[in-house]
Amino acid sequence: MQVKREERYSLRLQVNGKRYEEQVEPRKLLSDFLREDCGLTGTHVGCEHGVCGACTVLVDGRAVRSCLILAIQAEGADITTVEGLAQGGKPHPLQEAFSECHALQCGFCTPGILMSSVEFLQTHADPGKEEIADMLSGHLCRCTGYKGIVEAVQQVADRRKEGEKHESGDPVSICSRTAPTV
Amino acid sequence: MKPAAFDYLRPSTVEEACQYLQEYGEEGKLIAGGQSLVPILNMRLSTPECLIDISGLEELKYIREEGDWLHIGALTRQRDVERSALVREKTPLLAEALPYIGHMQTRNRGTFGGSLVHADPTAEIPLSLLALQAAVVIQSAEETREVNVEDFFITYLTTDLMPNEMLREVKIPTGSIPKGYSFQEYSRKHGDFALVAAACVLDVDEQERIASVRLTLGGVDAVPVLAREVEGLILGEKLTDSLLLEAGRAAAADIDPEGDLHASREYRLHLAEVFAARVLETAYHRAVLGKGSAT
Repeated sequence: MQVKREERYSLRLQVNGKRYEEQVEPRKLLSDFLREDCGLTGTHVGCEHGVCGACTVLVDGRAVRSCLILAIQAEGADITTVEGLAQGGKPHPLQEAFSECHALQCGFCTPGILMSSVEFLQTHADPGKEEIADMLSGHLCRCTGYKGIVEAVQQVADRRKEGEKHESGDPVSICSRTAPTV
Repeated sequence: MKPAAFDYLRPSTVEEACQYLQEYGEEGKLIAGGQSLVPILNMRLSTPECLIDISGLEELKYIREEGDWLHIGALTRQRDVERSALVREKTPLLAEALPYIGHMQTRNRGTFGGSLVHADPTAEIPLSLLALQAAVVIQSAEETREVNVEDFFITYLTTDLMPNEMLREVKIPTGSIPKGYSFQEYSRKHGDFALVAAACVLDVDEQERIASVRLTLGGVDAVPVLAREVEGLILGEKLTDSLLLEAGRAAAADIDPEGDLHASREYRLHLAEVFAARVLETAYHRAVLGKGSAT
């Protein structure tokens, strides 16, 4: 397959379960494609060279920097952005936990962190604080000091674990965790 | 930011990719995971005429053992190498080094071979492969050839690859897997480029004397460095505290780092001495413990 620099390529891929077909230049970044061509401005663009993590999305289930992928490279991919997290008007458990734990202030870094956390929780059944901090090392937040973010991710993991116990007959309250202490 | 315009080619086989390379020569640049190349394009530090996208070539994504060699396809994602049980078992050094590379979000996309051919002197994969005496398989439209990693790196971001060639796979010998290993590095925060990185593989004999050792240092020269003097100093010896200090000094005596914005020459020399000693100590203890559990 060959596309000349001045040509537009008819790119097909899926974002949040919806199919898109848009005309793109080969040099267009996936982050710009999502914002400009799909109108999904929830994916934020910060440093544009892979350092800040704000543009993180899921490509075929894996958290990656959308500023470090050419849109044309994502042909046929299944992409999830922050707009795809809430289902049926109900926020994703991570979004609820971020709200409860004050895990965001200005919110610029939040969409990227949420997307990384989604993959992280899928691959870590019972994460420790250090593992969460390690996952967050790929994200810059200049407001929160990260404490609330670590607690929010931990809370979702804890609730999930308690929920499983609950289902297996263990009488543990699902909402045993109180507001974070300062 | 936006890369400068380029023609885009997407071959569907390795052979087709090699033909494109033959055709475009210096004008054509391969892109795989893009985790080093796309930042360079975004900042327009490089403006290639043509990008040849090999990221979809499934035939170069594999980790398998054949005879006494572990073969890793050039396009295997770093994250898949990191999580491979076979890699953990056969080359634990590599499994220990991989989590230091960038972040989970870049390892999800970055490829094993991509890091090797990018040849950043602080990078973890080149450093580990130098310690492990790995070889690389290189392909062009004309021939396939094999090169030892020791001869692969020429200088900063420059390897033995010709403009018409591409990396096909990495081969790591697994015939006698050293029981002792360690990878450690220092950076200001996790995921940053290392100021100094060190890797070591080591084995001991029945009397806990060092039977074999390879210690490599990154971030101290234009290419990853094999600290040869350490080998001469400690082979056949038991590792005592005083020998450890001496070995650290010997490792740093081998090198001539440059100072830059991130660390002065003196600081890099200091870190090299400290981290050479640390990886040596950890590798030695693991080797002794491994020997104990095997007998």
